[in-house]
Amino acid sequence: MLATGIVGAVEDPWIRWSWISGHADVITAALIQHIQLTLIAVVVGLAIAVPLGLVAWRSRLFRGPIFSLTGILYTIPSLALFAFLLPFTGLTILTAEIGLVGYTLLILVRNIVVGLNAVPDEVREAARGMGFRPVAELARVDIPLAIPAIIAGVRIATVTTIGLVTVTALIGEGGLGSLIYDGLLRDFKTPLVVGTVLSVALAVVADLGLAGAQRVITPWARTRVTP
Amino acid sequence: MSFIGQVVQWFLDPAHWQGDAGILHRTYEHVLMSGLSVLTAAVIALPVGIAIGHFGRGGILAINVSNIGRAVPSFAVLVIAVQLFGIGALPAFIALVALAIPPMVTNSYIGMREVDADVREAARGMGMRERAVLLRVELPIALPLIMAGIRTSAVNVVATATLAALVAWGGLGRFIVDGLGLQDYPMLFAGAVLVALLSLIVEFSLAGVQRLSTPAGLRSAKSSQKEDLSGTALDTAAVAA
Repeated sequence: MLATGIVGAVEDPWIRWSWISGHADVITAALIQHIQLTLIAVVVGLAIAVPLGLVAWRSRLFRGPIFSLTGILYTIPSLALFAFLLPFTGLTILTAEIGLVGYTLLILVRNIVVGLNAVPDEVREAARGMGFRPVAELARVDIPLAIPAIIAGVRIATVTTIGLVTVTALIGEGGLGSLIYDGLLRDFKTPLVVGTVLSVALAVVADLGLAGAQRVITPWARTRVTP
Repeated sequence: MSFIGQVVQWFLDPAHWQGDAGILHRTYEHVLMSGLSVLTAAVIALPVGIAIGHFGRGGILAINVSNIGRAVPSFAVLVIAVQLFGIGALPAFIALVALAIPPMVTNSYIGMREVDADVREAARGMGMRERAVLLRVELPIALPLIMAGIRTSAVNVVATATLAALVAWGGLGRFIVDGLGLQDYPMLFAGAVLVALLSLIVEFSLAGVQRLSTPAGLRSAKSSQKEDLSGTALDTAAVAA
């Protein structure tokens, strides 16, 4: 393409501001797609992980299999996971999302179980003594006390997903990863730098935002360091 | 023929196993590249993490380095390395080393910090010198978490080495990347099988090494607890941060 011609003639700088101002719409679209892909993955991941985490917490029988299965999903490299799905689901957003959701599960389930396990027995006993039934105890005592650990899991899952979304550029999605991929294919540094910087910035903003959200939701946990 | 049948056919073709582009050579490349990267990273990262943990200064740095590492996409690190060092094996190696360092620094730091102050005190009370306290007390106790960091890094590195096929390097990722390019789905799928298998083998064997690295004296009392901890080492760090 045009950029390659320029590269051949002149040294390609790390940033070409003219490219950025000329492609503001492309950059914005990539950023929005990145946020969408991440949000869907984390929300769907959480919707699956909460019941899985509750089962793993309550039942010794299912704990092993749940951790093994989510562990295997987490261990398989993202590119391989996408390659497994591609022959069946094609170059679609579904392929990307199944892979991304698969990655969040281990992190989320593990933190849910760790959080619930950390609820002191005395607290639980007190709740029972106050006449809480099992469901009320779960909803109003166990889960609220596990929130800091659960949100810590959501933070890690979100930051990890934001990084992994870039890989989906290879299967036709990618968000900001499509800019990074573009930089590789055309040997042109500006989109690479823009994609990387925005991706890191997005991860930092999401992480800080979630940390802030946790402080607001769980005011009692502010002075404690770990749950 | 069914799709899975085509994949099986692909594996049965002897031509796919031989030569420089065959499964055996690609696996060898992948393992060699990953192993060298993890080793190099360990030589750099472990002394740093252990020193920070031992002297107790710079802990915030040790914890945050892996949070930052997580935020930088490995794909971007790889492409940046290409811009700096050209294509081929060198940028892949440098990118993989850079990615392997943060989890090792963080975990070895946490491992050293988790050594009970009383235990350290007792060792000094027994007349051990600083070097002996470090080598014979702190390091053995920290070893399982240090191993957990190496394991996290190794699994990351094997995964990212797959992406390195994009920057004109070999490894098992070639089958996936070429399968994508040629729309050869049986080859793509076969490549995914190979990469997944290698990753799982690395994960499970290092998990075994990690278990074995727990000092005998700590094994019986804390075995179940330790295992939980090692798996969540990074998460614990993130909760604390």
